[in-house]
Amino acid sequence: MLENHAKLMQFFSQAKEVTGRKKLQKMVYILQSFGVPFEEKFQFHFYGPYSEELSLRIEELCNLGFLNEEKEVKSNYFQYHYTLTKDGTQFLNQFKVNMPSCTESIEMLQEKSSRFLELVSTMLYFKELPREEVIAKVHTVKPKQKFSDEEIEEAWKLMDDLALRLQ
Amino acid sequence: MAYKDELLHEEKVFKDPVHRYVHVRDRVIWDLIATPEFQRLRRIKQLGTTNITFHGAEHSRFNHSLGVYEIVRRIINNFQGRTHWNNDDRLLCMCAALLHDLGHGPFSHSFEKVFKLDHEYFTQQIILGDTYVNKILDRVSPGFAQEVADVIAKTHSNKLVVSLISSQIDADRMDYLQRDAYFTGVSYGHFDMERILRVMRPIEDQVVIKSSGMHAVEDYIMSRYQMYWQVYFHPVTRSAEVILTKILHRAKHLYESDYNFKLQPTHFLSFFSGDVSLKEYLKLDESIVHYYFQLWQEEDDEILSDLCERFMNRRLFKYVEFNPNKQINDLLRLIDLFKDAGINPDYYLVVDSSSDLPYDFYRPGEEEERLPIHLLMPNGTLKELSRHSDIVESISGKKRTDHKLYFPKDLLQTITNEKIVQEITEILYGKEM
Repeated sequence: MLENHAKLMQFFSQAKEVTGRKKLQKMVYILQSFGVPFEEKFQFHFYGPYSEELSLRIEELCNLGFLNEEKEVKSNYFQYHYTLTKDGTQFLNQFKVNMPSCTESIEMLQEKSSRFLELVSTMLYFKELPREEVIAKVHTVKPKQKFSDEEIEEAWKLMDDLALRLQ
Repeated sequence: MAYKDELLHEEKVFKDPVHRYVHVRDRVIWDLIATPEFQRLRRIKQLGTTNITFHGAEHSRFNHSLGVYEIVRRIINNFQGRTHWNNDDRLLCMCAALLHDLGHGPFSHSFEKVFKLDHEYFTQQIILGDTYVNKILDRVSPGFAQEVADVIAKTHSNKLVVSLISSQIDADRMDYLQRDAYFTGVSYGHFDMERILRVMRPIEDQVVIKSSGMHAVEDYIMSRYQMYWQVYFHPVTRSAEVILTKILHRAKHLYESDYNFKLQPTHFLSFFSGDVSLKEYLKLDESIVHYYFQLWQEEDDEILSDLCERFMNRRLFKYVEFNPNKQINDLLRLIDLFKDAGINPDYYLVVDSSSDLPYDFYRPGEEEERLPIHLLMPNGTLKELSRHSDIVESISGKKRTDHKLYFPKDLLQTITNEKIVQEITEILYGKEM
């Protein structure tokens, strides 16, 4: 009962601020892949793993006044910033939720671009496959992004690092 | 003639209340429909517990799957000869459309939540595993089954093909909106699909809408919006869903506590233990679930028998609006009061949120968050729908979330301690019940 909302608020409490919905989606997916107990269901979409459930839950948290959403007009699109409100913090104090602390991992992800997180989350989506097949799959489903060998190598490193920290 | 090109001696048709007729000429499609895995979909309702609110909503995943196939077949007919369209993808598209929901189980939303299952995983298993469906797809060509599975999983390299089956304006949504509207009997959910099909254009890796067809798409977005609130998110349906979910939780809990069921729940054992094989998954349909719920009404466990009796006889939970921000203390107090009154709040006090449902409405979103609906302008450029349509723009920014608190009102009336009753009543209603 409201546990899934509370887990997301805990995430925002640790992240302090998240800029960009795409980035938010990929961060939650990546953390979930490493065992952080988010329950949102993700499916593969045009830009990698995406959860409609997560989008709606974020909208609920904004409407309830637990999250603050700021909309910034960019040249030809909007970008959204999210921060936990006072009400959100108060709710978290009352509603205990079993969520591991992963502040360092969140900070690591925040430093990365959304393009890079798209790559990492796509690789994680195919994690059951052998490494060479994961790379082939990334190039198949995302031919336009033209991810370089260096980016892919960096993605593996990040995943190894997250595995050490979170598992 | 190669199996993939084989045509039936004469076209077969299924009479359909939404599309009038579903036309089948390809042998492969005909054979797929005849498989036990596809026929199983007849025994799984498209809308789960919605028939408790809208009694006409008895249509099945089988009806819907045929409908999606038919829409894709018509789109492909319109695409013939257009740039960006390769007709070699025709059979792949039609198979993916027909099979896209193959892994759905009975009341799949609740089952997935409670038993941590994923119908998409089972769709892949049915297509790629040791099944009749797989044998047919393998006959088409080696690797064809994998291609169909990839299209349904949206991981196929051909994004255009994927977007026909799954996007913000796809064959899946166009069928279920109309079909659900027809069977529930509501007047929302109708839009001019023929017009939309005529203005759909394949452009590189997505399907876009010619700008002259914008008004037909506005109608589609409106019907999606209205169906969401009026049908999919109906509070009475949600009450039934809440009870169903709690039954599954209770049965699982009892199994884990070595409870002695009067009749061994054979069909549920693998679900309880979290190790569901494809064979066991395919055996479970709604008749089996209802059979157990019928039996469990006679169980010694009072919670299980009560919940099953409520579900079978439509003795549902009541609800009040709930604001988790303003009323969290009320909720915590109610939990204590329920415990004091001997009513287990884990099963009889439930907050249900809009995000608990598997339906969505159109949102343009942020750049690269999710592919929006694009209009093809006369000068050849693409424009996101809500940037051009005032109607879509106006409903895109609305606050569309809600939370309800469900509880068994009749059970509260059996509480003998008047002080507790009074306090619960005041919290829930602010006055006497």
